[in-house]
Amino acid sequence: MNYTLDFTPVIDGLPNLLWACLGTFTLAICGMLLAIVIGIGGVILRQSPFKPLRWLVIGFVELIRNTPFLVQIFFIYFALPLAGIRLDPTPTAIIALGINGGAYAIEIIRGGVQSISKGQMEAGLALGLHKAQVFRLIILKPALRAIYPSLTSQFILLTLTTSIASAISAYELTSVSQRIESDSFRSFEVYFTVTAFYLVISWVMMRIFALFSSRYFSYPIR
Amino acid sequence: MGREEFLFLLAGLKWTVALSVVAFICGSIAGLMVALARTSGIFIVERLTAGYIAVFQGTPLLMQLFVVYYGLALIGIQMDAWAAVSVGLTLHASAFLGEIWRGSIEAVPRGQTEAAKALSLGYVSRMKDVVLPQAIRISLPATIGFLVQLIKGTSLASIVGFTELTRAGNIISNQIFQPLTVFGVVGALYFLMCCPLTIYGAHLERKFLTASR
Repeated sequence: MNYTLDFTPVIDGLPNLLWACLGTFTLAICGMLLAIVIGIGGVILRQSPFKPLRWLVIGFVELIRNTPFLVQIFFIYFALPLAGIRLDPTPTAIIALGINGGAYAIEIIRGGVQSISKGQMEAGLALGLHKAQVFRLIILKPALRAIYPSLTSQFILLTLTTSIASAISAYELTSVSQRIESDSFRSFEVYFTVTAFYLVISWVMMRIFALFSSRYFSYPIR
Repeated sequence: MGREEFLFLLAGLKWTVALSVVAFICGSIAGLMVALARTSGIFIVERLTAGYIAVFQGTPLLMQLFVVYYGLALIGIQMDAWAAVSVGLTLHASAFLGEIWRGSIEAVPRGQTEAAKALSLGYVSRMKDVVLPQAIRISLPATIGFLVQLIKGTSLASIVGFTELTRAGNIISNQIFQPLTVFGVVGALYFLMCCPLTIYGAHLERKFLTASR
């Protein structure tokens, strides 16, 4: 063991790495937003009376949940140009992340919708609340509260998944660190530091989610 | 895509299965240690294992594989990609399974442990004969869910440079220039591996839910 650790390439590349963190955040947040849209749309389609549509959504969810993200992102990366859509790697990665997260979001949101009982809505109307109030206070808020923990932990998973977008060289932390690594050959130092970065990123997101939850969802159930 | 190419993919599939099996078995053994340490009641040991779990849950699997791959070489252990990836996936699995099993050990009613103590069973017998058999039952759906995650996770070995199913797909796709067909087939192969497990896991979950009602 005659190897001395040398973190100089990492320190020199620090500005690049910090900017890349922003890239990771961008991917994660855009991916999440798209995932929520797909999730809500999917749940609405899944409730539709038209059977083939319901089966389509179920098939989509199972297909995404049972194949690796790496294969999905490759497939989308090659499929989009064939469909006549030319995009940079970063938007492509956002689409792939949104589709992947969306499949999980469908399952989570569906659970939340099912958790509201009809009697609560009727009770709200009987107490003389407006329909809008009933929707906001009795349907939306408890449903959000019910799905919040699983949805946010899914989002942290999605944030960690962004590292796989480096496979199509989207702009984010892992691809930038790979560039620094291939310039300096200080593989362990680079990846060790970047792992710590990810740990901080996921910790920060967890804190933000927890803060949000204690701010908006901390009311007694009974 | 011809027969040759498909056989090449199947050869890759073989390595994906091997990687999953090795990581799951070794990860289960290590994960059991983690779960027992996490519920040991010794403060320092519990904190340390909690930190171990948090690190693996808070970082991407890809980074974990990179760090293990280059870290092992750094401390003078020469390994080929296959062994290094196995070690990386095993560590990953040990943390996640450890956390799943910690939850199920804690979900076993307290009275069970107390009854075992009252019968003056030692720690080993208490765990082996009383707590763990019940905990394993509780943990089964989540464990199967993680196994599916692990099988999908082996695809990242391709980025480190190990030729399993996804990398075999990459190679073939570069040869015959039909990426959609190739990755479609690769995806279908993963699906055929994971979907039965997912269905079985959901079935167990439903069964336990109705049983506990």
